[in-house]
Amino acid sequence: MGSKEKTTVPFNGTPEQEKALREMIGQHKEQQGALMPVLQQAQEIYGYLPIEVQSIIAEEMGIPLEKVYGVSTFYSQFSLYPKGKYKISVCLGTACYVKGSGDIFAKLSEKLGISDGKCTQDGIFSLDACRCIGACGLAPVMTVNDDVYGKLTVDQIDGILAKYTE
Amino acid sequence: MYRSQVLICGGTGCTSSGSDKIAKRLQEEIDKNGLTDEVKVVRTGCFGLCALGPIMIVYPEGTFYSMVKEEDIAEIVSEHLLKGRVVTRLVYDETIGENEIKSLKETNFYKKQHRIALRNCGVINPECIDEYIGRNGYEALGKVLKSMTPDEVIQTILDSGLRGRGGGGFPTGKKWQLARNLVKDADQKYVCCNADEGDPGAFMDRSVLEGDPHVVIEAMAIAGYAIGATQGYIYIRAEYPIAVQRLQIAINQAREYGLLGKNIFDSGFDFDLDIRLGAGAFVCGEETALMTSIEGNRGEPRPRPPFPAESGLFKKPTVLNNVETYANIPQIILNGADWFASMGTEKSKGTKVFALGGKIHNTGLVEVPMGTTLREVIYEIGGGIPNGKAFKAAQTGGPSGGCIPAEHLDIPIDYDNLIAIGSMMGSGGLIVMDEDNCMVDIAKFFLQFTVDESCGKCTPCRIGTKRLYEMLEKITSGNATMEDLDKMEKLCYYIKNNSLCGLGQTAPNPVLSTLRYFKNEYIAHVQDKKCPAGVCQDLLTYKIIDIKCKGCTACARGCPVGAISGTVKQPHSIDTTKCIKCGACMAKCKFGAIIKE
Repeated sequence: MGSKEKTTVPFNGTPEQEKALREMIGQHKEQQGALMPVLQQAQEIYGYLPIEVQSIIAEEMGIPLEKVYGVSTFYSQFSLYPKGKYKISVCLGTACYVKGSGDIFAKLSEKLGISDGKCTQDGIFSLDACRCIGACGLAPVMTVNDDVYGKLTVDQIDGILAKYTE
Repeated sequence: MYRSQVLICGGTGCTSSGSDKIAKRLQEEIDKNGLTDEVKVVRTGCFGLCALGPIMIVYPEGTFYSMVKEEDIAEIVSEHLLKGRVVTRLVYDETIGENEIKSLKETNFYKKQHRIALRNCGVINPECIDEYIGRNGYEALGKVLKSMTPDEVIQTILDSGLRGRGGGGFPTGKKWQLARNLVKDADQKYVCCNADEGDPGAFMDRSVLEGDPHVVIEAMAIAGYAIGATQGYIYIRAEYPIAVQRLQIAINQAREYGLLGKNIFDSGFDFDLDIRLGAGAFVCGEETALMTSIEGNRGEPRPRPPFPAESGLFKKPTVLNNVETYANIPQIILNGADWFASMGTEKSKGTKVFALGGKIHNTGLVEVPMGTTLREVIYEIGGGIPNGKAFKAAQTGGPSGGCIPAEHLDIPIDYDNLIAIGSMMGSGGLIVMDEDNCMVDIAKFFLQFTVDESCGKCTPCRIGTKRLYEMLEKITSGNATMEDLDKMEKLCYYIKNNSLCGLGQTAPNPVLSTLRYFKNEYIAHVQDKKCPAGVCQDLLTYKIIDIKCKGCTACARGCPVGAISGTVKQPHSIDTTKCIKCGACMAKCKFGAIIKE
């Protein structure tokens, strides 16, 4: 699930973020099985989980870094790469797939020049394939941040992308 | 007292098509027309008929407005709510009778449904505990704590014949009995709820949590009492933000009312609940993997035995049921085991919720008694296949299930019948496919899914599914031989028989079931190098039919690689060596002169 590629974007976490992270970990210290909630909230603070953040978590929680890395690369929601300003997510669940969401994904990948899970050089768009957001009545579906686009066709893609680049 | 109530669906489907804005606008219009004290707007959970969303119902009349847009709101308020004149053009056409608006229950979509798990969805405001209590909520919990022993509770669930709705179909009462009796001196036991609905295309658990979160809380408390647990965990997908939020609100309200916490109903019974968010791993739907994940590890399954009833979460005896299973429990306690067992087939009692999706008119959520046939679900309730296309297959059970062909449409749906025809119940996703879907491509789609989601712990699944996927790729690219089909079938059984958990053991099912019922399609790919449904790119060629081509040059101008040549007003032709099969020409042609075969 994880990829060995290094992110090209340098880590630029702020002292405020680090303070928030350490405080949050402190609140979970007593909890059984706290690593998952800690990683989830760390990702909310930073937007992704670079190795620098994982190291702080390992140190504060007193667990080996390889365990933190093991868990953060196991789950598809955890990202080791930064996401774009606009996060595009195309549903490749069965209901969307049988209605052509594979073509939608291919078109986006071609237009943006990035593969699944990656972000464009300028940091504007990132592209993810997701599994069923449960809006099967609107299939095929994609989301851009919180905007939902349903009953999509391939020729709508240019227009949708243009809305975010203007 | 309000004279009228307007229910607006706040499920994910309708919210995605803008029901939030509609509700806001509606309240504004109501205020503007001075109806604030007369008309109440209620956000509910899912009504089920997602295809027609956003959905709105006006009570007491029960007028069902479908596909409502923001700009329709002013008219609905000034005409219907103010003057009492129904806006007929927005009413779901099936409810329009000769001289009256018919009740929803008379429509084809709802007529054959029987709602137990979904009884409150689309009926109450899920963020208001009083509305749940008003529909007999928490009465079952009161009944078990005040008048039943834990053994009596378990006996009732056993007698009802309820089986796990997450897919496996294990008897729920049996599971509870084991967790109660296997370890006598446990200092701690746990009750867990599997809300990590990973089957793509299944959304019934999400709808229950969004539309009726208290039913799950009540049922888990009952399970806690039955097995002797004081703590519960709900493991839910982080991809379901609305469900997570409503569940948290519901837990807070239940604590406030003393329905969770210490000494519930003065019975001396303590029980509390916490939410744990999943992080997107399909394998975490497997019970031991789910528990490993709650413990804060990679969600890898562990060998059984020991079963969770003996050593589960944090090595303590644990009961794990899925959302829909829990949603049946309070009704069974209130109405009795016999009532529940009177519905369904000999070995599958009660009802089952299905998420209808794919090539079907009425996409949405339906709950029918076990034993209903696929034909009834797809044609009568689901409204059949759109655009006059022919039915090809129904896929049940998600990536663990199989494709059911037309010849089996009349089999009554229950756990055992579906397994007998090579599929399975699964969590209840039901995806309909028509003649335009290639069955080899669908098998490949599911294998891609399992390759991605295999946790990597055991070899048959980690490597086997990858090899199986490559074989399918060989077939869809036209490079396979008939011998490969035999090899592929052998590999399927090897993976099934040797994998550690349910994910691997069922991963080959989509391949096996399509091989069983659609072998002709495989043979067409292998021997004739053709994809009969016109899906597999490598096997397609685009062609211009001379007599239909007017020579308008639209296709040649639209071709990104200059593969089309010809003079104006003369038939054009495609150079297949240059063609990249993008389909741009076909989309440009106004005369239907370009075909793919």
